Amino acid sequence: MLIAEVGFAEATWILIVKALVIFAAVFAVAPVLTVVERKILGRFQARYGPNRVGPFGLLQPAADALKLIGKEQFEPRGALRLLYAAGPALVVFSGIATLAILPWGDVKNGVGFYGIDVSIGVLYFFAFGGLSFYGLLLGGWASGSKYSFLGAMRSAAQLISYEISMALALFGAILMAGTLSLTEIVHAQDDVWFVVPQFLGFLIFMVAGFAEANRAPFDLPEADAELVAGYQTEYGGMRWGSFMLAEYLEMFVISGIAATFFLGGWKGPGPGFLDPIWMLAKILGLMFLFFWVRATLPRVRYDQLMSFGWKVLLPLATLNALVTAVLVTVL
Amino acid sequence: MAKADTETRQFPYLPDSDVVAVQRGPEPGGIKGAYRVFGETLRGLKTTMARMIEGPVTIQYPEEKTAVYPRFRGRHKLHRFEDTGLEKCVGCSLCAAACPADCIRVVAAENDPANRVSAGERYAAVYEINLSRCIFCGYCEVACPFDAITMGHDYEMADYNRGDLIFTKEMLLAEPIERTPLRVEGE
Ligand code: SF4
Ligand code: SF4
Repeated sequence: MLIAEVGFAEATWILIVKALVIFAAVFAVAPVLTVVERKILGRFQARYGPNRVGPFGLLQPAADALKLIGKEQFEPRGALRLLYAAGPALVVFSGIATLAILPWGDVKNGVGFYGIDVSIGVLYFFAFGGLSFYGLLLGGWASGSKYSFLGAMRSAAQLISYEISMALALFGAILMAGTLSLTEIVHAQDDVWFVVPQFLGFLIFMVAGFAEANRAPFDLPEADAELVAGYQTEYGGMRWGSFMLAEYLEMFVISGIAATFFLGGWKGPGPGFLDPIWMLAKILGLMFLFFWVRATLPRVRYDQLMSFGWKVLLPLATLNALVTAVLVTVL
Repeated sequence: MAKADTETRQFPYLPDSDVVAVQRGPEPGGIKGAYRVFGETLRGLKTTMARMIEGPVTIQYPEEKTAVYPRFRGRHKLHRFEDTGLEKCVGCSLCAAACPADCIRVVAAENDPANRVSAGERYAAVYEINLSRCIFCGYCEVACPFDAITMGHDYEMADYNRGDLIFTKEMLLAEPIERTPLRVEGE
């Protein structure tokens, strides 16, 4: 059975090499991002952030990882063993899987600068985004703790209130490009980046993206003030580290999707080999937005997020999609 | 009394002139609400960005130290006369009497005229301050008739043993190893 048509695929060994490169690159970037975020957050709060371990505190992630790995792997008495262990694994897995479709450049010398170019493109992203939420839900539920359970329930309620708007926000860009494939969508932005005609869509996507990545001001599932740490409460050591890693991966992926859909993906002045650099620059720019918002906004209340999702985001996204659809048909 | 109060109260209750009207926040929701939320969000983002541009205000403690005011009450110092080099302290124990934390111990001894230690008749053979009990009130400084003891500027006195916090006369007479920065005028 044909599940998804692949636009352009190379020999298997090239695919494997590409997968390894992307995997290695992102795993090198993610720990750096943790320290960069803490430093940027520090600056926003008029302090330095970590600067003691190594030059400029750059070895902080190594110290953190060492500490996390060295910790005991414990399990709460009421936990369901298998699901408890599966939770973090699932989140990391879905985060990494989504990386495959981020386009880092065009096809050059018969090698595409992306993991794989699937024709269902963005649906793949939503599919794995949904899967990662299962990680939170299962992890929170299987921990056998009330805080974790509440956090998991919140992430479920959060999911239904932003996921639709998120998909609808991308609809406008998809309609304008007339394709779901991410490389094609980037090609469709040759003249003008979609952020200009689809500014509303961009805004809605980013706002929903904050919720998808469980980042402030929508970090309700972990809400430290009221739920200890939400779904992560009972996790420790590298399992907790996996949740953290997944959070950064998810932020990275959402920034990547937003860059692809609205900011012209790898496009930028300069020769072709700069393409991945441009893409990375756009992603990092959007991630800076994540950090900036986290440093600024307080966490919204649970019902505020729900009503915001259903009463503001969804109608706006629907309107955006409808108007775009009409315009695309008429023009 | 309370009963009479409720009986005489009028309905509907009309606020008297001495009642201050509560200032209410704007009604939530609506176009205005959306505008307000958006505007306030941008204002917040501007505020945080301004902090970033301002730069950190952190003092990197072990390398940089907080400057103290001239009258800061830090670790004590015992003084000598600058010209003769004799100790100012005459072992009168007035500081020990004034100390509310009872952490000064003075044992006085007669001066040997051939080999004077202090300028007075007697001198402090033992002078100890237990800094783990001192509350840095400065009463000792005030009590001393000869300005022999003053409060210095050092505030780094952490140690591994309580015993090490009992400062002897030699330690109090010695110059501090590292000088604490002093605040300049207007800082
Ligand atoms: S500063 Fe106060 S507590 Fe400390 S030794 Fe002097 S009188 Fe005693
Ligand atoms: S320091 Fe001053 S008050 Fe204390 S014993 Fe010496 S002379 Fe007397």
